[in-house]
Amino acid sequence: MLKQIPLAEVHRALGAKMVDFGGWEMPLQYTGILEEHRAVRTAAGLFDVSHMGEIEIRGPQALDLVQWVSTNNAAKLADGQVHYSGLLYEHGGFADDILVHRVSATHFFLCVNASNQDKDYEHIASQNRWGCVVENNGSKYAQLAVQGPRAPEILQKLTAVALAEIRYYRFRDGEVCGRAARIARTGYTGEDGFELYLAPGDAAEVWHALLDAGREFGIKPCGLGARNTLRMEAGMALYGHEIDASITPLEAGLEWIVKWDKGDFCGRARLEKRKAEGVRRRLAGFEMRGRGIGRDGYEVRAGGQPAGWVTSGGPSPALNKNIGMCYLPAELAQPGTAIEIMVREQPVEAVTVPIPFYRRPK
Amino acid sequence: MSYPENFRYTKEHEWILVEGDTGTVGLTDHAQKELGDIVYVDLPKPGMAVEAGKALGSVESVKAVSDIYSPVSGEVLEVNGLLATAPEKLNEDPHGAAWLVKIRLSNPAEIDGLMSAADYQAYLGG
Repeated sequence: MLKQIPLAEVHRALGAKMVDFGGWEMPLQYTGILEEHRAVRTAAGLFDVSHMGEIEIRGPQALDLVQWVSTNNAAKLADGQVHYSGLLYEHGGFADDILVHRVSATHFFLCVNASNQDKDYEHIASQNRWGCVVENNGSKYAQLAVQGPRAPEILQKLTAVALAEIRYYRFRDGEVCGRAARIARTGYTGEDGFELYLAPGDAAEVWHALLDAGREFGIKPCGLGARNTLRMEAGMALYGHEIDASITPLEAGLEWIVKWDKGDFCGRARLEKRKAEGVRRRLAGFEMRGRGIGRDGYEVRAGGQPAGWVTSGGPSPALNKNIGMCYLPAELAQPGTAIEIMVREQPVEAVTVPIPFYRRPK
Repeated sequence: MSYPENFRYTKEHEWILVEGDTGTVGLTDHAQKELGDIVYVDLPKPGMAVEAGKALGSVESVKAVSDIYSPVSGEVLEVNGLLATAPEKLNEDPHGAAWLVKIRLSNPAEIDGLMSAADYQAYLGG
């Protein structure tokens, strides 16, 4: 039985094609992935990402637990600030990639991947030597994301919170349509925008209000299909693709979320060892040169020899090219390396390029 | 979109229009809807032999890649060049301008094993 998000019926009524995503019945697309993708790049898109998990850590020593289980330096967060971080196992591989929100010095709010939320919760609870209250609160929140250059104007019509004062990776608790909402200037698309955490019972009203408020700006409801092509262009990792329990931040191009000067953390010893030994493989971006599309799991060759695998791949609507990310031996991972992607037993030429593929105009 | 009465259909959502010993093959409207935005079509070259029920080529949407199966056995006579430059036509006109290949049938009796328009619509409905 698939888990239901609060708005599943609303999506069906909008004509969404629903799919099983990690055990949740989720909208894949409404009108078409390309159209939805372009709406986010040029105007705005509205996503229901209520499958995402929320884990809350409270207590006088909440910071100690957050610092131990995550790689970024949460001691640097101010109230109302967010950062991207890694949740690692002792062996250095990713349990998950997460967003850490500091609500207060004694309350941290973690947004985690849907299919990882239970194991993340168990992992964090198992490391809790500081008497913190750890709650697995995924079912207590719906999450809507309004993303795109027009997102601030659209959301501003529905809230008294001065959105211009919420800088990138900051959040505020306020109201949207008179409903309590945590309003975070974060996203997974490479565009400006907001992620809203709401009570599940308030989500339908806010969803419809955002679509109404955004109509004049060209907002479109967007599914997981466009969410994937958008995050791929922006070079953002997806758990189960670029990162998993066998991958450390060093390979994934995510050493920037590992703060070595913060003190000890779960997984640190193994990461240090791996760093000292030298990182053998690294994540690289690629563009197809020949006809064909490199897809997740396809073999990558260099000089005719097996060299790695594609983690995510597909067409980039913004660049009008076929792009992707792959793991390669470290010496081949720098931009400009000629590689071949095995597309249905045939080698197709590609070249490594920098990540991200797309940056929004400032 | 309606399903033309003079086509025959496969369970894998291809259609074929037989005229003399030549069959024109395409993807059904149902198939293009299921695939979503089509961005790439890989087809055999003229002269290649194809076999009923075996992969003829592939079609890729933004999301995924799917095989196209040949409804009949025979030899590829012609490939629709339009799809190399405008694969999105498969979303717009799957039963017309976006046909895939023309095949010279080596065993016309194979057609009898395919579905009529009514059968195919019942198959989709069930």
